[in-house]
Amino acid sequence: MKIVIINYGAGNIQSIKFAIQRLGYDAILSNDPKEIESADKVIFPGVGEASSAMKKLKDSGLDALVPKLKQPVLGICLGMQLMCNHTEEGDTTGLGIFDVDVLRFDTTVKVPQIGWNQITSLTSPLFKGINEKEYIYLVHSYYAPLTKDTVAKTDYGIAYSTAFHKDNFYGTQFHPEKSSVVGEKILKNFLEL
Amino acid sequence: MLTKRIIPCLDIKNGRTVKGVNFVDLRDAGDPVELADIYSKAGADELVFLDISATEERRKTLANLVLRVAEKVNIPFTVGGGISSVEDVDILLQNGADKVSVNSSAVKNPQLINDLAAKFGSQCITVAIDAKQIEGEWIVHLVGGKVPTQLNLFDWAKEVEQRGAGEILFTSMDNDGTKDGFANRALARLSSELNIPIIASGGAGNSKHFVDTFVQGKADAALAASVFHFKEIEIQDLKKELQDKNIPVRL
Repeated sequence: MKIVIINYGAGNIQSIKFAIQRLGYDAILSNDPKEIESADKVIFPGVGEASSAMKKLKDSGLDALVPKLKQPVLGICLGMQLMCNHTEEGDTTGLGIFDVDVLRFDTTVKVPQIGWNQITSLTSPLFKGINEKEYIYLVHSYYAPLTKDTVAKTDYGIAYSTAFHKDNFYGTQFHPEKSSVVGEKILKNFLEL
Repeated sequence: MLTKRIIPCLDIKNGRTVKGVNFVDLRDAGDPVELADIYSKAGADELVFLDISATEERRKTLANLVLRVAEKVNIPFTVGGGISSVEDVDILLQNGADKVSVNSSAVKNPQLINDLAAKFGSQCITVAIDAKQIEGEWIVHLVGGKVPTQLNLFDWAKEVEQRGAGEILFTSMDNDGTKDGFANRALARLSSELNIPIIASGGAGNSKHFVDTFVQGKADAALAASVFHFKEIEIQDLKKELQDKNIPVRL
């Protein structure tokens, strides 16, 4: 199986690569459209600030490619947020795969949210064998509200989306590569879709 | 529900784990990667690696250690100690660290916090603050607590938040190594005056101290070293006790 992690200069890609290795697979880091298109599974990571990450994606010419991919694609953290219509962070237009606008947490909660929270209402093959209320690791200041594509939700002041699934596109706000055995199982489910 | 985090801290010198009592009298407590793996399996929520080496090759040694930890460990970890530039942070994050912690370098050059937050995002920038009380006022100290500054803890903490820190790791030098509990009054004040997570550090001696720092100190996370390294507290037992006290934890 060919697994490509999109390497556009905005992500903790080393940790994702290592997590995939621990599952017994290998992943290629690439920003080459041919490599990405020919992959069986594509991971779209993202860490940092939205507008600068989006600029890097555009500079590498991959903003047009990602929404056209046909194989399973998993956006992680900021990667998931960039797959949405828009994010308040840096007033950034996203790829429009998930039909939702990303907002900043209000000040009734500490921002960023850092730590382990629970996922519920799990409705995707991504969560095969995962129990309701399992703990996953999150670190973020912006969130995606609930939509028809929400396949996992979490409460932090309000209920919001911690995972999306639409056609061949998946997204997790949490970091499966840092969410202990639960995260590894979710990553394995994606790789074995 | 977001849980309270339990964070073992591994002090690193020349690639090995050490822990100081009041930051002197170092004792060896094992291989960092092995310890990190044990802690992740034992239920630690996060790890902090604090490098106290002072050698020429320390940057390279630390970057290499980060890579080895990231390869093995499936929970988040923070790296701190001697980080003073955007380039330092870049290599550590690239090698798999989830967050970095800056301390003295932020006091000497506060703009560094803005620069790091702008380049990497607030969520991966922890500012560590060491402080102790001098004539009743909490004063920020440098160099592992040896050198006092002119800065008041609460003023500095607010400035750090405004400059874009995502989290504060507050170590009370008055409590560190005493095993008499965390500095809960100062922690509670930090937590109420700031809107970013606060990690309590310094003073853990028994599991009640953790209960107290989450309830009275309103801390979001608690960090300790020797009580975990020398197995005086098992993380699973600690978390069960916290859960019994209705404190949300990941079990």
